[in-house]
Amino acid sequence: MIEQTATAIKTSALYEKWGLTTAEYEQIQQLIGRLPNFTETGLFAAMWSEHCAYKSSKPLLKQFPTSGQRILQGPGEGAGIIDIGDGQAVVFKAESHNHPTAVEPYQGAATGVGGIIRDIFSMGAQPIAMLDSLRFGELTDAHTRFLLKETVAGIAGYGNCIGIPTVGGELAFDNAYTANPVMNAMCVGLLDTSMQQKGQAAGAGNLIYYVGAKTGRDGIQGAIFASAEFNDAVEADRSAVQVGDPFMEKQLMDACLELIREHPAAVVGIQDMGAAGLVSSSAEMGAKAGYGMVLDLDQVPQREAGMIPYELMLSESQERMLLCVAKDQAAVVEQLFARYELDAVQIGEVTTAKQYQLYAHGEKVADVPITALVDAAPVYQRPQKTPLRLLTAAPQQYQPTFASAQTVFAQLLQQPTIASKQAIYRNYDTQVKTNTVVAPGSDAAVLRIRGGRKALAMTTDGNGRYLYLNPEIGGQIAVCEAARNIVASGGVPLGITDCLNFGSPEEPESFYELAQATKGMSAACQALATPVISGNVSLYNESNGTAIYPTPMVGMVGLIEDLDLITTQGFKQAGDVIFLVGQTGADFNGSEVQKLLTGEISGALFDFDLTTEMANQKLIQQAIRAGLLSSAHDLAEGGLAVGLAESCFANELGANVTVALPASWLFAETQSRFIVTVAATQAAAFAKMAGQQAEQIGVVTAAPSLQINTTTESLTLAVRASKQQWEGALAW
Amino acid sequence: MKFAVLQFPGSNCDQDLVAALRDVFQQQVELINYRATDLSAFAAVLLPGGFSYGDYLRGGAIARFAPIMAAVRRFAAAGGLVIGICNGFQILTEAGLLPGVLQQNKSASFICQPAALTVVNAQTSFTNAYAPNQRITLPIAHGEGNYYCDAATLAELQAQQQIVFTYQDNPNGSVANIAGITNRAGNVLGMMPHPERAVEALLGSTDGGGVFQSMLQTLTKKVVTA
Repeated sequence: MIEQTATAIKTSALYEKWGLTTAEYEQIQQLIGRLPNFTETGLFAAMWSEHCAYKSSKPLLKQFPTSGQRILQGPGEGAGIIDIGDGQAVVFKAESHNHPTAVEPYQGAATGVGGIIRDIFSMGAQPIAMLDSLRFGELTDAHTRFLLKETVAGIAGYGNCIGIPTVGGELAFDNAYTANPVMNAMCVGLLDTSMQQKGQAAGAGNLIYYVGAKTGRDGIQGAIFASAEFNDAVEADRSAVQVGDPFMEKQLMDACLELIREHPAAVVGIQDMGAAGLVSSSAEMGAKAGYGMVLDLDQVPQREAGMIPYELMLSESQERMLLCVAKDQAAVVEQLFARYELDAVQIGEVTTAKQYQLYAHGEKVADVPITALVDAAPVYQRPQKTPLRLLTAAPQQYQPTFASAQTVFAQLLQQPTIASKQAIYRNYDTQVKTNTVVAPGSDAAVLRIRGGRKALAMTTDGNGRYLYLNPEIGGQIAVCEAARNIVASGGVPLGITDCLNFGSPEEPESFYELAQATKGMSAACQALATPVISGNVSLYNESNGTAIYPTPMVGMVGLIEDLDLITTQGFKQAGDVIFLVGQTGADFNGSEVQKLLTGEISGALFDFDLTTEMANQKLIQQAIRAGLLSSAHDLAEGGLAVGLAESCFANELGANVTVALPASWLFAETQSRFIVTVAATQAAAFAKMAGQQAEQIGVVTAAPSLQINTTTESLTLAVRASKQQWEGALAW
Repeated sequence: MKFAVLQFPGSNCDQDLVAALRDVFQQQVELINYRATDLSAFAAVLLPGGFSYGDYLRGGAIARFAPIMAAVRRFAAAGGLVIGICNGFQILTEAGLLPGVLQQNKSASFICQPAALTVVNAQTSFTNAYAPNQRITLPIAHGEGNYYCDAATLAELQAQQQIVFTYQDNPNGSVANIAGITNRAGNVLGMMPHPERAVEALLGSTDGGGVFQSMLQTLTKKVVTA
């Protein structure tokens, strides 16, 4: 890489290649009072990228509720923190790694996992669980099969080795994701609240320490790469993908947590070197604390020769952390990391002058106001335009027509999005750390908290098809569906993290989708009292001008107050009475059955009512607390029929069900519904509690056969044979 | 009576073993760093699962050179009870304390699932709390659990009743469905399934408890006889 002069950068407009507009470049000149040199231009390009500065999405993210009684840390740090009592807190965040996964799926996914784990332990928390939300094209495409296989291997390779159980997530398929797969990784940690950390570098004279892996040329410009669209020249971007080393990260995690626990006085602040590497972590830590910083780049541990300052600052080499260490504690830190055989090198110190200064080979190579880098990026009010498809969408619901509901039922169970994900989950260690009470496959995963009676429920949700038909309602549904999963598992929703996976914000139609989706999500978060405590945006998910479906991923964690409240979706015992909670409508636009029978999704999305949603969730919570429910399952893709089948499959029990609905309505995806079972002796008590909100529809049987009687057709499903097909459908 | 759970860089089931022994079986247990050189204070030594040294090169291939391994050899030679679970089993074979090797699973991918096992030898120091041929289910979670040994070694293992656990439905391609073996003397056990993950009903199974109960019975008897 050749370092152009400041003047040459201006005349050649090199900054444009790095994602800065001419107006932004001129603003930088004003901020620093001269032309930025090569290194400085690189620093600004990274720090002002959408990935780091949220310059397009900031006005929308402001709508999110972010505070609440339990919230100890909202957005703006490595991860959000929610108090769960007894001196403990849950820490969680999700991050997208879509672009790297598209280019190099194994490392893209692996480093997505590694990065989010660092965000969690940088807060002082012990990571306890991973979830991964994945979207791919259809499995009929050979490249998609390759992407899926490598992505799963990457998640497994990293998570299994570091020893954090992968307990959940989701996996859906649609052509909309063929060129732009979605890989969102979520990590959940448990924090002793007295150990809470911040990414801050405060106190003049305190020391800046670089710990962990050495810096190489991998991942340079990753943040910029993630803030641009793909085109056919994408292969040339391969060097923007990082390479992960989970063994190194395990050592780094253990060392950092030991330092925080055993030597709290040594740590002033700690932050992951994630997107935009050294520049983003150091500048953010200084700016947040109101200080400046001086760094000597010659001290940065390097694994390649001849790296220039630009490369050192923008490398996204993995498994690195930046610490601000109290000035008299250097020896403690160095000794501790030496014991883990990790580099711990002082590379600079905190200064009172709010300048960000870099030195290399004895020369000053950058000198800019620290707030110019971190806080001065422009914020854009991007134009919005309602997409034509939404203006012209047929208002009526698609009505499925078919010869045999039973045949459609069997086909639905084998649709990749509905089929069992066990073939994927068996690649992941779901149990290491021996806290997993409910493994992947039920509505939410549940982990107990050692030393007491509490547990945590966690899930990720979001259906891009619903958002494609109505981004606002789809946004509401994404949050509510997550809450439904938490509630059905016996939990009280605490808060959410999100990854907003959208197309280019510079396209008014894409930006409209983002605006509407965040509006819908905000309304649902308000209603559910689940603040947004962390998250990220991944815009520019498009290739050659075509964007993915608007796909917000909602990661939610709930608190289960007592282990006895843990509830799973499987039917438990013959004779238990089955109730359907919530009304069923002819709601088919955007549904799996519409996709199956017509090959596409279309029309206006069905109606959704937050008040009904809340009421039905409250009923489930109340019934679980009263000890009435032996199982609970929220109804999602594939509707009532698929929900009943899944509940039968778990323990290979059958059911005899009668509904006063036409057979096609069994596949309707009306929201806010659950199926629950109640012991026969408790059925009257539950019916009384539920009133009009629930209807008794049948009984669990020992014979493994699911019989559903409707007004038009009776369906019979052999539970064991169907389960095998459902489990085998994803064996790719 | 105190148990030693070894910690190699990259071990990740060490805390699970500690929790099982301390919280479920109320035993004294200590984590022992891989740099330690003496195990004489302990009644039994446990090598946990995980990815020691990242499993780079091959599972257990680097860990066998760790300083603690000399102490493990001395401990085993003196007749002390040594158990290696998952990565611990791999380390014991790499160290030559158990015969055979653990290769990559036949499917070439990591497998985490419950595995149905038969306790084919319920007379060992690690299995005497089980009934002969008892069928149990323990979790497996490994990428390199495919046990291999040559025909002569297999014949010897069979003749000396060193095969302790077998898979009912072989998940990984292991020779003779082998899930766990002892050394000739019977005081060193290696097994791929995780008994420490199956000691609490809350987590789905207590089938693994027998391994720890057996060790406790053996050790208590030893103390009494001594």
